[in-house]
This record gives sequence, structure tokens and C-alpha cells, in this order.
Amino acid sequence: MKIFLIFLSAFLVNNIVLMRFLGLCPYIGVSSNLSSAIGMSFAVLFVMLMASWITYAIYKFVLVPLNIVYLRTSTFILTIATLVQIVEMFLHKKAKELYDALGIYLPLITTNCAILGTAFLVIENKYTFLEATVFAIGTAFGFMIALTLMAGIRERLELADLPESFKGAPIAFVMASLMALAFLGFVGLLGLSI
Amino acid sequence: MRIIKEGIVDNNPVLSLMLGLCPTLAVSTTALNALGMGAAVIFVLTFSNITISAIRKWVPESVRIPVYIIVISTFVTIIDYVMHAFAPEIYAHLGIFVPLIVVNCIILGRAEGFASKHSVWEAFLDGIGCGIGFTLVIFIMGAIREILGAGTLFGRAILPQVFLEKPVIYMILPPGGFLIIAILMALTNWMRRKR
Repeated sequence: MKIFLIFLSAFLVNNIVLMRFLGLCPYIGVSSNLSSAIGMSFAVLFVMLMASWITYAIYKFVLVPLNIVYLRTSTFILTIATLVQIVEMFLHKKAKELYDALGIYLPLITTNCAILGTAFLVIENKYTFLEATVFAIGTAFGFMIALTLMAGIRERLELADLPESFKGAPIAFVMASLMALAFLGFVGLLGLSI
Repeated sequence: MRIIKEGIVDNNPVLSLMLGLCPTLAVSTTALNALGMGAAVIFVLTFSNITISAIRKWVPESVRIPVYIIVISTFVTIIDYVMHAFAPEIYAHLGIFVPLIVVNCIILGRAEGFASKHSVWEAFLDGIGCGIGFTLVIFIMGAIREILGAGTLFGRAILPQVFLEKPVIYMILPPGGFLIIAILMALTNWMRRKR
């Protein structure tokens, strides 16, 4: 049950984009059409899961035993940057189709604060390995639902008659505000809080 | 002077370049939190700009990004621990957004785009300018959200009693942050088109 609550909390109640404000750059930048939004979401799911496993292992088996927890910011960001590079090279050699689908989004993910933020949140909430896995998957699905919903709305906004000054990013943020308001409705679901 | 002004007005990192949006929205729930975040970013941006500009002749082209990241994360770790020790209340509100300054695109963007090509003095001014530009936007956001969402500014009541009892809580919650940044961006666009 606790595992399920962690998933639900990461997925809806504490949605990474709309409630925690992480990963806003791709949320606004890559949400102008649906197919790139889906590609980006899967790239994030993949990297987020691997990154939280690796940073979890590094924290637990290297930083804590050696008593150098203060190096966590440096090690995590370098690990994630390296990981993204390795994943990119691996996909390029071994899984050409997947690379063609996700390739262009992978380099962008290094500076995606959602990935590093998830790694920090796993440490801060003192999750076990299983809980961290479920948390990462839930967070990535939360990112996916926010991004694809937004892309669907923005495809329609293209046709809308907007004031000149609101075109592009400003109207996207107004939509984000309405979506966040809708997501606030999930607060209290099964006793989960923000 | 020109470099500082460019960072604050023409190339404002948040409103014109759309960099560093995540902390701008997340920690601008009160004016004080916003200033705390702004100070941390000014510190990291200025010192990483100076350091990167000073070592720019010895850093090989191919490994420059990892070098920049290490320099930036060093200063982020310093400010993280300093704030934890000396400003625990603000630190508790900012949470993971202090260590997350390391992935703030403003800082890596200025390192790559400016500090690696200019002298130490110019890089220092650019760091101050961009840092103030960021702080200004996040402070305006924080002040608007605190006044409307709680009726106070820096914790002091400034709106009438009726309002204090029933403030617009919407503004403090996440949706309010999105709405305010949307309005500020539209205003910037409008002013630019009028010119």
C-alpha cells in the first residue's frame, strides 16, 4: 500500500512539473507538438529511472561510508551528465530505432532539473531501493501526463485568436496555471498532501 | 556599467531568455524567500564567472563543460552549507532548490556564452548584472504573491484586516506562480513591441 501511495503522490498529487516546478524548460520548450512531447517523455522516463538507481547506489555505498556527503551535488551532476552520454552512445550503436526516436532529446536532459531534483528527493525522503524505483517511475509518468496534455492544448492554441503579447510562452504559462489548479483537486486523495 | 545594464534590462535572464524558470516559480512564495534565492544565485554566478574567466586559457575545448560544471557545483556546495548554517529558516523554505542551482541554465549559459570569452573584470560585471536581473524578477514575483496571497510584505501586514482574514490563497499555491510569470512575460513582450 505504501508503495502505491508513493507512486500516486509522485504521479498526481505532487506532480513534478505542476506542483514542484521542476523540469519547466522542456515543459515549455518541447510542448509545441504532440510527437516530440511523447519522445521527450520517454527519454525522461528512461534517464530518470537509471539516474535514480545510480545516484542511490553512489550515495549509499560511496558517499555515506566515506563520510563525504558534502560532495553529493558535484558527484550527482557529473554522474548524470556521464550517464546521459553513455546512454546516448549505447543507443546509437545498439538500438538505432530507439536512438532515432529519443536521440535529439537526450543531450537536453543533462540540464533538466527534474532528473537531479528526483535524485535529491529520493535522498531527502530516505526511500529504500524499491521505493526509489517506484518514486522515479511515478515522477516520470507525472512529467509525461503534464507534457502530453500541454502539447495537446498548445496544438489547438495555434488556431486561437490571442492578443499579440500573449503569444508563445505567456499563454502556455496561463494554461499551466489552469492545469495546476485542476491538479490541486487531487490534494487529499487517499490522504495524500502536498 | 553597460554590461551590468544589459544583464538587468535587455538580456534579462528570466523574462527575455527564459532561463532559470524553475527556481523563479518555486521559491517566490514570499519576498524574503525570493531575496534569499536571489542572493545565492548572485554569489554562485559571480564567483563561477570569475573563476571560469580566469582559467579560460588553460581549459581544453573538449572538456570545458565538465570543468564548468565542477567549478559551478563547488560554489553551489559552499552556498548550500553556508545558508544551512547561517540562515536555517530561509534554507528550510528553499529546500532542494539551493543544490539545484547547479543545473540553473543561467549559470552554465553565462559561463559558456560570456565568461569563457571575456576578461575577469567583464565576467565579474556580467555575473553581477545577470544575478541582479534574476533577483529583480524573482523579488517582484515574490512580493506580488506575498501581498496578494497573504496580505503581507516581509511578514508585515500591509493590507486591511478584511483582506488578511481572507487572502487570495491561490497566489501562494503553484497555479498563482504560473499566472504571475505569464502576466510578467506578456508585459515584457508588450513593452518591447511598443518601443
